[in-house]
Amino acid sequence: MSIMNYIRGICNTNKTANVAKERLQIIIAHERSQNRNPDYLHRLQQELIEVIAKYVEVEEDQVRVQLDRIGENSILELNITIPERSLAAQD
Amino acid sequence: MAKIIVITSGKGGVGKTTSSAAVATGLALRGYKTAVIDFDVGLRNLDIIMGCERRVVYDFVNVINKEASLKQALIKDKRTQNLYILPASQTRDKDALTQEGVGAVLEELKQEFDYILCDSPAGIEKGALLAMYYADSAIIVTNPEVSSVRDSDRILGIIASKTRRAELGLPPVTEHLLLTRYSPTRVEKGEMLSIQDVKEILAIPLLGVIPESESVLRASNTGVPVTLDENSDAGKAYRDAVGRLLGEDIPHRFTTAQKKGIFQKLFSREGAPA
Repeated sequence: MSIMNYIRGICNTNKTANVAKERLQIIIAHERSQNRNPDYLHRLQQELIEVIAKYVEVEEDQVRVQLDRIGENSILELNITIPERSLAAQD
Repeated sequence: MAKIIVITSGKGGVGKTTSSAAVATGLALRGYKTAVIDFDVGLRNLDIIMGCERRVVYDFVNVINKEASLKQALIKDKRTQNLYILPASQTRDKDALTQEGVGAVLEELKQEFDYILCDSPAGIEKGALLAMYYADSAIIVTNPEVSSVRDSDRILGIIASKTRRAELGLPPVTEHLLLTRYSPTRVEKGEMLSIQDVKEILAIPLLGVIPESESVLRASNTGVPVTLDENSDAGKAYRDAVGRLLGEDIPHRFTTAQKKGIFQKLFSREGAPA
């Protein structure tokens, strides 16, 4: 049994540890980018919607808050789509 | 100033409780007054690993609910001086723990102890979150295996965002990697992630490497923390890790395969040529 394992060990060029490492590096990089957004983003979005809703009619899906990272800097991107009829109603 | 250390991992069965018992015993052996708390409400096991399961009268939840004093609930270890155990409740569920309650108990312990170790349950639910919430340092117990490493990375993300230190903007929780069940022989054969692999992926400082060892099961069978087994490599590795936790510069041992003779190679049961 031991001799068989020894021979198998020599023949085995496909090291499973390397496969494990590669798979981990990929999934962890992916998961880290997913979890990077801080908790307050969702609350910020909710409050922004409430404030904007005071002035113009706006749906929840028309306000988008996104946090991106370029090098050392974080960029908070705010994208609000205001329906044309809301603007027209103001005049 | 008392220091609170959480022993956590995300994944179950990697050796959190074994490590909690071993590190707590190691710190007490060095003369530090140490308390170790089991946060796994409903599935307590620290008591049986430390061999005091028949001496539990009151538990952590009793103290939080003020049904017993901390003095009444703390179990003094019979083997090691300076060592005390606060067992988890076996009959309640994890909602019995509250952030305020845990905070009050830890504050009281801080008056008397040098080190307070929090043995976290597996998972990322309430018990685990409360075990890490007040921590100054974290020991991340990881096996060289994909699911354990992935869960450890997840836990590191939670430590960085959901602890008291993170919420108050204080200096972050100090992170330590404790690699357990390590088999140098399998690493050399390319069958197991190496220390370097895991360090590279998790990118936190290495506190210790505990070799896969029969002495760990022997220790839990008898309820004696493995640190007290002077002849075991795992016990020695835990004592080294405790030294590093105290800031000492100790080289890592048991990280390379023992060379076997030709007869051992041919006749060893596991057939593990080095």
